Amino acid sequence: MSRFTKFAFVAALAAVGLGLSGPSVQAQTLRIAMTASDIPTVGGIPDNGSEGYRFTGFPVYDALVNWDFSKTDQPADLTPGLATEWKADPEEPRKWIFKLRKGVKFHDGTDFTADAAMWNFDRIFNDKAANYDSAQAAIVRVSLPMLEKYEKLDDDTLVLWTKKPFSPFPYLITRVLFVSPTQFAKVGGKWVDFGKQPAGTGPFKVTKVTQRVSIEMARNEDYWDKARVPKLEKLVLVPMPEATTRLAALRSGQVDWIEVPPPDAIPSLKSAGFQISLKPYPHLWPWVLSVADNSPFKDKRVRQALNYAIDRDGLVALLNGTAKPATGFYDPTYPAFGKPKTTYNFDPAKAKALLKEAGFGPDKPVKAKIMISTSGSGQMMPIPMNEFLQQNLKEAGFDIEYNVVDWGTMLVAFRNPPTAAMSQGSHAVNISLPFSDPTNIYRFFHSSAMPPNGSNWGVTNDPIVDKALDEAFNTFDPAKRDELLGKANAQIVDEAYWLFIVHDLNPRAMTAKVKGFVPAQSWFQDLTQVTVVK
Amino acid sequence: MFLFATRRLFQALPILLGVSLVVFGLLQIVPGNPIDLLLPPEASPDMIAQMKAEFGFDKPLYIQYFNWLLRALSGNFGNSIFSGQPVNAEVAVALKNTLYLALPAAVLGFSLGILLGMLAAFNSGHWLDKLFSALAIAGVSLPHYWFAIIMVVIFSVTLNVLPAQGMGEGSLAEQIPFLILPVITLSLIPMGVVARLVRATVLDIRSQDFVGALEAKGLGKRRILYHVAKNAAPPVLAIMGLQFGYLLGGSILVETVFNWPGSGNLLNLAIFRRDIPVLQGTILVLAFFFVLLNLAVDIAQAMIDPRIRR
Repeated sequence: MSRFTKFAFVAALAAVGLGLSGPSVQAQTLRIAMTASDIPTVGGIPDNGSEGYRFTGFPVYDALVNWDFSKTDQPADLTPGLATEWKADPEEPRKWIFKLRKGVKFHDGTDFTADAAMWNFDRIFNDKAANYDSAQAAIVRVSLPMLEKYEKLDDDTLVLWTKKPFSPFPYLITRVLFVSPTQFAKVGGKWVDFGKQPAGTGPFKVTKVTQRVSIEMARNEDYWDKARVPKLEKLVLVPMPEATTRLAALRSGQVDWIEVPPPDAIPSLKSAGFQISLKPYPHLWPWVLSVADNSPFKDKRVRQALNYAIDRDGLVALLNGTAKPATGFYDPTYPAFGKPKTTYNFDPAKAKALLKEAGFGPDKPVKAKIMISTSGSGQMMPIPMNEFLQQNLKEAGFDIEYNVVDWGTMLVAFRNPPTAAMSQGSHAVNISLPFSDPTNIYRFFHSSAMPPNGSNWGVTNDPIVDKALDEAFNTFDPAKRDELLGKANAQIVDEAYWLFIVHDLNPRAMTAKVKGFVPAQSWFQDLTQVTVVK
Repeated sequence: MFLFATRRLFQALPILLGVSLVVFGLLQIVPGNPIDLLLPPEASPDMIAQMKAEFGFDKPLYIQYFNWLLRALSGNFGNSIFSGQPVNAEVAVALKNTLYLALPAAVLGFSLGILLGMLAAFNSGHWLDKLFSALAIAGVSLPHYWFAIIMVVIFSVTLNVLPAQGMGEGSLAEQIPFLILPVITLSLIPMGVVARLVRATVLDIRSQDFVGALEAKGLGKRRILYHVAKNAAPPVLAIMGLQFGYLLGGSILVETVFNWPGSGNLLNLAIFRRDIPVLQGTILVLAFFFVLLNLAVDIAQAMIDPRIRR
């Protein structure tokens, strides 16, 4: 054996040995691969949308009102957080009174007080305040345009005023997370630096932040809700945007849990002993149809034909069961689904008949241009899914042309009317949307929410929908409110304002060692009950 | 030589200015700006306009550009719109991470390339020549992200001896396993390109009269090889400089597959988020390195070949 080959042999052995000892597993450490391309911001205003709030929002911080993850058989609702109770003043429904929880400590050991709460509101809503977070505040303000002012009534009470009576307000106040003013001062009064050493009140404490690499968290032994003190000692979050990389990391044991495994890998993951978690949550993957004058979808018959022409079950099979068919804005199990008269099943004959009635036929297909994205938050697998639909629709008499754009371009289009240049002449936009709280449906369908005032890109203008939604926001009885929202949903379904395609089932894959995770029907999840066995 | 180097460095200034203008211009053509991507889909136009004003995106383009240029001249590329971190720090970390890959990949790729190219040329027509040439062509033409995935499937998933992604942490020894797969993948293209060029150049030189003369003079094989190598060096050096530049840019695909937080990864992220300060900073620094590398190559060539100095 020559000297060189000997050297090569030894080097190779050393490399292999190091590799074996490299990814070691610590006890009670959970390592999660996220789909985000960078770590979400950690300083109490997470970017990266819902995934940001899921991993660097609610685990580290509390809001006055938290999401309740304990009732997993129904859509997640609200539970007391840093406020023990709240109500709108019956005399003056614009006035919301929040009673603050006593004895809560931030991760740096200081007390959560009414003054600290006011200081946190200043961070987001007071651009004159010294602690105003100009770079990030808008991410929260976007959800709370109805907040007029905030006041400290006494050491235990905060009063928040909305501009007009607005019953779903507590759902939106979950967006305001509370951070320690003392820690902010300690790091030198800069939000960027606070993001590297943050302190909240949540069940996990951030211990290490490495940009584009990972976030490490530890158990907060002193968490105020003793039932939710984490069982894990350590939580490691790694951004991993590429699905095949996440899959390889899970299968090689570098992480214990991945968000959104590629659907075609699910059968092989199951047979290799990995757990697949699937659960409905308030997510819809639709085509938001434009009913503007230049759009073929202005005609209700064409919209209904579209809804009858697609094979939702076939699409679900293509996705290996990681989605369920959608027949409305809400899922039928949702309390606000209502009682639509129409159910859209796969009926190409009916679709063709409707198109014929609308003046289309085999010689004159409906031509439409649809904006789809290559990827993006909650977008599932836009390209293969839309190719499947294109085939379905061709058989029914639609000639669909796709305008494929990146996520950023789609967001810009969606904030402008369908007729604006940014929408690039599209007649529909395939953008996934949430219905986590009662305000979402308003933003997408109320006539006063057309761009630039809201996200009603399709410019639907329906008096029945408007009336039901207006009443819903003035109703402080949850059951009555759901009934009114149901009325709006039923009308939206019967009028087929969108092409309702599928609801995602939030797929995640984890090793058999991960125990105790019961997914909530929510965009956010509870990691406090999870354990990792050796 | 010093004058030559200084002159070349000054020539780099208009190049860098041009690069910054092109990048800035291209970013204006693409729809969307960082604020559009930072804010959730439901953001109102008022809020977007307010944020754009806070970041200065509401100003006329030439003012935005000159403001940026003034700061850049003092070495400050601003802060990332998304992470809020100084661009200088982000670029420095990303470049350092990419260097971890680029240096070993260059050493491996160049030495294998030269070796294969030489062996092929000196065995011209022989089956060895055909084998090495085939290897070189494979190196250039295999899609390297595909090769990377195959390597991950074999060594990480099936054999479970090397990590599938990430760069690890701790000492260099602890990081070495994380380096192996991406370095091998990255070395493929430089190996192929260099091998093909070396083979062609050496073959060309070997057919020249002076080599025949040297042989007729009865010079030893090693001495002849030295003369051939010295004559083949300048074009090969030039190609190696370019290839090393590409490696420094970080392969977006390879860094994506291996989730490596290098400059390719940073660029990719900045492009999709339209993070203008990060994009400008990274590209400018990379362009500067490209210029430096070319300068180094020119100097090396001039040292080897006195004809170039004239």
